[in-house]
Amino acid sequence: MSNLSESKYRGFKADRSKYPEMENGKPVIDLESHRYTKLWQGPQHPGVTGNMAVELIVNGDEIVSAKTHVGYLHRAFEKLMERRRYIQCFPLVCRICVPEPDTNEYCVSAAMEDLAGITVPERALWLRTLNLEMSRIGSYLMWLGGQAGSLGMGAVGQWTIGMRDFWLDLFEEMTGGRVYHMYMIPGGVRKTLPDGFRDRARGLIVRTRKLLYDVENTFLSNAIIKSRLQGLGVITTEMVDEFGIVGPIARATGRECDIRINNPYVKYGELDVKMLTSTVGDAYARAELRYRDLHQSLDLVTEILNRIPEDGPIQADMPNLLNWKIPAGQTYVKAESTRGEHGFYMVSDGSGKPRRVFARGASYTHAISLLEELAVNISISDLAGLMVSLHTCPPEIER
Amino acid sequence: MKLKDVLSPLRVWERAAKKPMTIKDPINERPGAANYRGFHKNDFSKCIGCGTCEEICQNDAIDLVPVEGQETVEGDSGLRPMIDYGRCCWCALCVDVCPTGALTMSNDYTWIADNPEDYRFVPGADKTKWQESEKGYTRSPDIQIIDYDRVDMQELKPEERDKSFIEIVKGYNKEQAMKEAERCLECGLCIATCPAHMDIPGYIAAIRDDDLDNALRILYETNPMPEICGRICTHKCETACALHNNGDPLAIRWLKRYIVDQVPADKYSEILGTDHLEDEVLNRKVAIIGAGPAGLSAAYYLAIMGYKTKVYEALPGPGGMARYGIPEYRLPYDQIDKDIDYIRSLGVEIQFNTRVGTDITLEELHSSYDAVFAGTGLHLGRSTRVPGSDNKRVYFATDLLREVTLGNEIDVAKNIVVIGGGNVAMDITRTLARLQNQKYGKVQILTTCLETEDIMPADVEEIVEAREEKAVIDPGWGPKEIEIRDGEVYGLHVVKCLSVFDENGRFSPKFDEEQKKFFKADMVVESIGQGMDLSYLSENIKSNLKFTPRGRIEVDDNFQSSLQWLFVGGDIIQGPDVIHGIANGYIAAKGIDTYLNRK
Repeated sequence: MSNLSESKYRGFKADRSKYPEMENGKPVIDLESHRYTKLWQGPQHPGVTGNMAVELIVNGDEIVSAKTHVGYLHRAFEKLMERRRYIQCFPLVCRICVPEPDTNEYCVSAAMEDLAGITVPERALWLRTLNLEMSRIGSYLMWLGGQAGSLGMGAVGQWTIGMRDFWLDLFEEMTGGRVYHMYMIPGGVRKTLPDGFRDRARGLIVRTRKLLYDVENTFLSNAIIKSRLQGLGVITTEMVDEFGIVGPIARATGRECDIRINNPYVKYGELDVKMLTSTVGDAYARAELRYRDLHQSLDLVTEILNRIPEDGPIQADMPNLLNWKIPAGQTYVKAESTRGEHGFYMVSDGSGKPRRVFARGASYTHAISLLEELAVNISISDLAGLMVSLHTCPPEIER
Repeated sequence: MKLKDVLSPLRVWERAAKKPMTIKDPINERPGAANYRGFHKNDFSKCIGCGTCEEICQNDAIDLVPVEGQETVEGDSGLRPMIDYGRCCWCALCVDVCPTGALTMSNDYTWIADNPEDYRFVPGADKTKWQESEKGYTRSPDIQIIDYDRVDMQELKPEERDKSFIEIVKGYNKEQAMKEAERCLECGLCIATCPAHMDIPGYIAAIRDDDLDNALRILYETNPMPEICGRICTHKCETACALHNNGDPLAIRWLKRYIVDQVPADKYSEILGTDHLEDEVLNRKVAIIGAGPAGLSAAYYLAIMGYKTKVYEALPGPGGMARYGIPEYRLPYDQIDKDIDYIRSLGVEIQFNTRVGTDITLEELHSSYDAVFAGTGLHLGRSTRVPGSDNKRVYFATDLLREVTLGNEIDVAKNIVVIGGGNVAMDITRTLARLQNQKYGKVQILTTCLETEDIMPADVEEIVEAREEKAVIDPGWGPKEIEIRDGEVYGLHVVKCLSVFDENGRFSPKFDEEQKKFFKADMVVESIGQGMDLSYLSENIKSNLKFTPRGRIEVDDNFQSSLQWLFVGGDIIQGPDVIHGIANGYIAAKGIDTYLNRK
């Protein structure tokens, strides 16, 4: 049970003079007293962002205590990978996060390349960068719709999810798949860009910006949205280290952490990625920061499209991947997903299958421990908005 | 609260007048992208049923199943992939890995069936609306899931080898062998094609694991002459290799050679567990005629089973055609000895210079042994029978090759013509070229044959290397007459050969008598095939033996002839090549064991 009114992280304080009673610094919640109600939000609920549950104890419509439950979505990818050849792990990992599968693909391929000492060709690195940045756009658009929808503003959700589908069209052309792209094969990428791809992508960037202008006007510059998001789920700079908060959520507190800048991978080192930060640390600051980051991704895609080399190999000289053995070693590869640091720890033992793979998604901390803290003292109706604001992705919590 | 924040959301109404983003007609199918990973297609004209798709599928969605109308032939298992769409994740690794490019995907993505079983289907066999669809995901030439490029084999340069009989092929080192072994797809088409059905993927996997002891054990399960096979096998396995469809076949022969080259001879009995073989000797004796691959293979497996075996060999050395028909630069004698010495170490006795039929009769063997295996090989030359072919300076290739091995000097002429287009013709051409080079310092040898170069039976590398050694190959001519002047060979007259086989594939050469050519020569060698010498069969035995219409001894699946005690194998039954001989010997040994246990 979280530390209620004593918590130093409270954004705004509720009146706790009468209930719950505190004993040794811990709340005493007696359900038999009829003061409290136990309420499950999830695992099947439109207000959760996937298959997870929040066990709430509420007093009126105010949340007194929250406990997160996961375990509804466990697919044992890490274990499955121990039973598969390295190449067979490649189509598996994209499923770890549905809205943004490419970060997983990148991390697992990069980990294998790192362990096997393979240098990925220039052109493939550019194509990977494009893929990752497009996937960021897709993920942010989905998040934007979710954030608006969770506060009851369905129109924005329809617009952005619709626009995301046009980005999925581009993915379909580029990779052959809409949702699971399976594009970043160990050693490089699978396909070059189809004819006319660049022009279609540039056209879509213009349309997306136009849509974002509408979103800004209706969603970010909206008195109701502001009143609900401002002050919700305030995260302070001190909490960043205590909870291990990463990505846009940490940046919204003023912490400069973006792996694209701090530890550039693929071609980010050659791109002008700006460190976007905010200082307020509440749900609105996060929304606004993600909105700016989405615009930056559109800029980056424009730049990448101009810089992808026309010629050159797209895959390193690879051995027969059916019999591919990677020398014993261990590595941790990370990338910046829309939720923050997304990492893969991989151990090889010299055989043809990984000895251990561990996927680390940002939602693991954001949506389990942090959510339990932030959910207390807010209204039930704001919980969905808070979960989306933390960009909760249950599939990456459980793998 | 700013006034802007109150008014600005009202802009949402602007959208009411705009065209919606949804597509106009959501009922009709939107075609998938040109590159879309949709439903599977399979081109049966290309598919070889190698099962690599099944192997790479991480969902176990693919099973190889028999399909009506698809026959098992060399290099095609006859099976075809059946895909279970309840398991498939459309990752298309099966498409990327397909060595023939037969398996592809269409850009179709909707399919409604009443029966759930329908979703487990065999693309290409089951009728689907997308089988003919042109768009969809195909294997990209830009990426490689499997390695199609063979590790180059180091060889002696032409100038280093054209005067001597030093072995040309240097063999793989450990690094090269491991790299080459990595390329194996483990499809097993080679096992089916190899006459001895060697566990090729098994020993290649052992090379990858750097476990050469195990590799050696796998080799000896079906082949007791790996040094010989590792050098001169006709490697039908490589022709069948799935990689051959899009690149270089796996160098199976060189990998076999790598294993045996690395393991020292004195370790064999320990590794193969034959160090206490003498404890289990049976009181049964088998005689073997001919110390060639077939006879020694039979002897080896009989010895392993505990039989006392004795081999009778007409020539002074063991190996048969492997020693007396194949030049030393392809198969050094010490390597033959390594294989055979090991077989002899198991108690197999070889009596040299003993020709069955003259020095000892077959009846005598029959009376003193429980069974007899004959693998006497094809040691007789065949003549073109053109005028002049009876001259003393017209030779058979087999005779000359035997003389070279025996160390007898050959009266090499300055100008030689060889008739024949097979590997034996190349052997004699290159052997004589070396002898000419040693004797005269230059090569003047020409080889001609009926077949044009594209259908010459000789291996391509043999033709290339012969030319590198300055022999002239002029294929596509039929011998007409060997001109004799004053009792000496003057040259060979040839006419253009238009076709070698008739429409039924039977040998029936057609010539254009108008197109003529003359090759000057003072020595002619005929190498147009070999014949068998069955003179050791007495009239009595012959009359009890059954023969095939083509004059070969009739044998059953165990190589047992119609005389129950007589087993026959090797070149006189199948082949001619080493691996058939070895395979025959292996099966005959098991047949003899069954026969003697039943007796």
